[in-house]
Amino acid sequence: MFKLSDSGLAAVKSELARYEAKESAIIPSLYIAQKENNGFITPDIIRHLSQVMDIPEARINEVFKFYTMFNQKPVGKYHVQVCTNISCALEGGREMASHICHELGVKYNEVTADGRFTVSKVECLGSCGTAPMMQVNDTYHEKLTPETAMNLLRGMK
Amino acid sequence: MSEVKVLTEFYHLPEYQTLAGYKAKGGYETLHKAFKMQPQAIIDEVKASGLRGRGGAGFPTGMKWGFLPKNGEPRYLLCNADEGEPGTFKDRMMMERAPHQLIEGMIISAFAIGSNKGYIYVRGEYVFPIECLNKAIKEAYAAGLLGKNILGSGFDFDLDVYRGAGAYICGEETGMISSLEGLKGQPKLKPPFPAVQGYLRKPTIVNNVETLAAVTYIIKDGAQTYRKHGTEKSAGTKLFSLSGNVMTPGNFEVPLGYPLMDLIMKEGGGMKPGRKLKAVIPGGSSAPVLTAEEVAKANLDYESLAGLGTMLGSGAVIVIDDSQCMVDMLGVLTHFYAHESCGQCTPCREGTGWLNKVLHSILEGRGRLQDIDLLIKVADNMKGKTICALSDAAALPVLSFVTKFRDEFEFYVREGRSKVKGTTYAEMHH
Repeated sequence: MFKLSDSGLAAVKSELARYEAKESAIIPSLYIAQKENNGFITPDIIRHLSQVMDIPEARINEVFKFYTMFNQKPVGKYHVQVCTNISCALEGGREMASHICHELGVKYNEVTADGRFTVSKVECLGSCGTAPMMQVNDTYHEKLTPETAMNLLRGMK
Repeated sequence: MSEVKVLTEFYHLPEYQTLAGYKAKGGYETLHKAFKMQPQAIIDEVKASGLRGRGGAGFPTGMKWGFLPKNGEPRYLLCNADEGEPGTFKDRMMMERAPHQLIEGMIISAFAIGSNKGYIYVRGEYVFPIECLNKAIKEAYAAGLLGKNILGSGFDFDLDVYRGAGAYICGEETGMISSLEGLKGQPKLKPPFPAVQGYLRKPTIVNNVETLAAVTYIIKDGAQTYRKHGTEKSAGTKLFSLSGNVMTPGNFEVPLGYPLMDLIMKEGGGMKPGRKLKAVIPGGSSAPVLTAEEVAKANLDYESLAGLGTMLGSGAVIVIDDSQCMVDMLGVLTHFYAHESCGQCTPCREGTGWLNKVLHSILEGRGRLQDIDLLIKVADNMKGKTICALSDAAALPVLSFVTKFRDEFEFYVREGRSKVKGTTYAEMHH
């Protein structure tokens, strides 16, 4: 049964106090909970947030399911998101994504056997002038080639 | 180089991100000037400047402010920093390099419209820009530039950053308001427009990052000085995000009316060795594509691009060279819009999915010649029939790609492979 840590609980309560409508705190609270649960959200978490926030589970659940930045299943320690939208596609983003999967021996959205990496294809990340690019957790890596991308990932422990 | 750096003059200075660095270049001096003006005089100046919203829709900013009710009801100022339109990366640069420029623009705008509370809604992936903004907001509060009785003016303004969570549709102003209210980011039917009934059903103005930053320069130098740049109907400078198959992509600030070909060849350094210009998407992925011949005639202003059947949009110029397969590229776009439809309106939810399926059946070698006309028919039936413009945004690239590069689509259907690359979709990408 998931429970927020003391600091996580305090952060959610702080978000609740911040907005005129407490529902505005749903997205920030999902971020807090996702971080505490190694990068993904479970039904347990929705239930717990519902109790803490006094907002119906269904209300939180519909927000959780709508936005792509909340993960519905486990991800690796490093979530590698490769942009494959138009500007990156023109500069080889899709080929780079395939190369990374091949080198790591996984399909898209799978976790590597050692639990380190998940590779996802994502839509435009606003890094079009420095294509191709990938986001690893919160950090952008730009102007990559398949080789430089793999070198970066190999250096992540 | 023909850049005219009005907004971006000091972007090369790392210290410009800080309050001290921003002030050293005259930052927040315009705020003092604004507080000596009547709010209506600021609105009038913005109207006189001809500033149009830089997020994509291009609606006149001063006119939008003028739609607010005069009854003194509490109102909100929301900065749209969702920047999800593929090809667009200008607001990110502004937030990273000049966060105080945005904050000053927001305080002046809030004073003009009588708002005491603002939010900057930033797309969730922009973690670093959010950090830059939060740091700058903290500095501004500590210096008495935000909060109660700013600079002794008697005006209160609180500002907060709200992190989105990955949904293109939250760039649409009512979708953004829904998201900020803790709902799915689904757009709302208009009217009522946000200026009358927006965030928490209160009057709300939603402006783009670049628009709000420009307000400071209009008040600083006056509308007429601002109008010296650009054309009569498209006044001022604009940041263009140049990407795709060019030598030196990046953000460039040029006067509106600047030749599109010059942006590509001069600022962008031209095409890569041995490659020819084939097409350009001039205003973000939803703008109808232009052929190379049309690019030669296009100027970067609202009217010129409208005259060519396309739009300035967010100012994202995506360059496509002759090595690219247009069927493949349209496949990227149809997938994007099918992924991002919020699902609220049937023509969009079903239409985007249908376009994507038909297009990918062609790419996978299962297409029929009648599918080309089916794409046109479906896209035609999606236009103007939904709550927001996402449906149109999905339809317009399809119509323009298929119409202007029909030979590539017909070849693909007949041969089951790309006319340009000579290979199948599977060979291209696996």
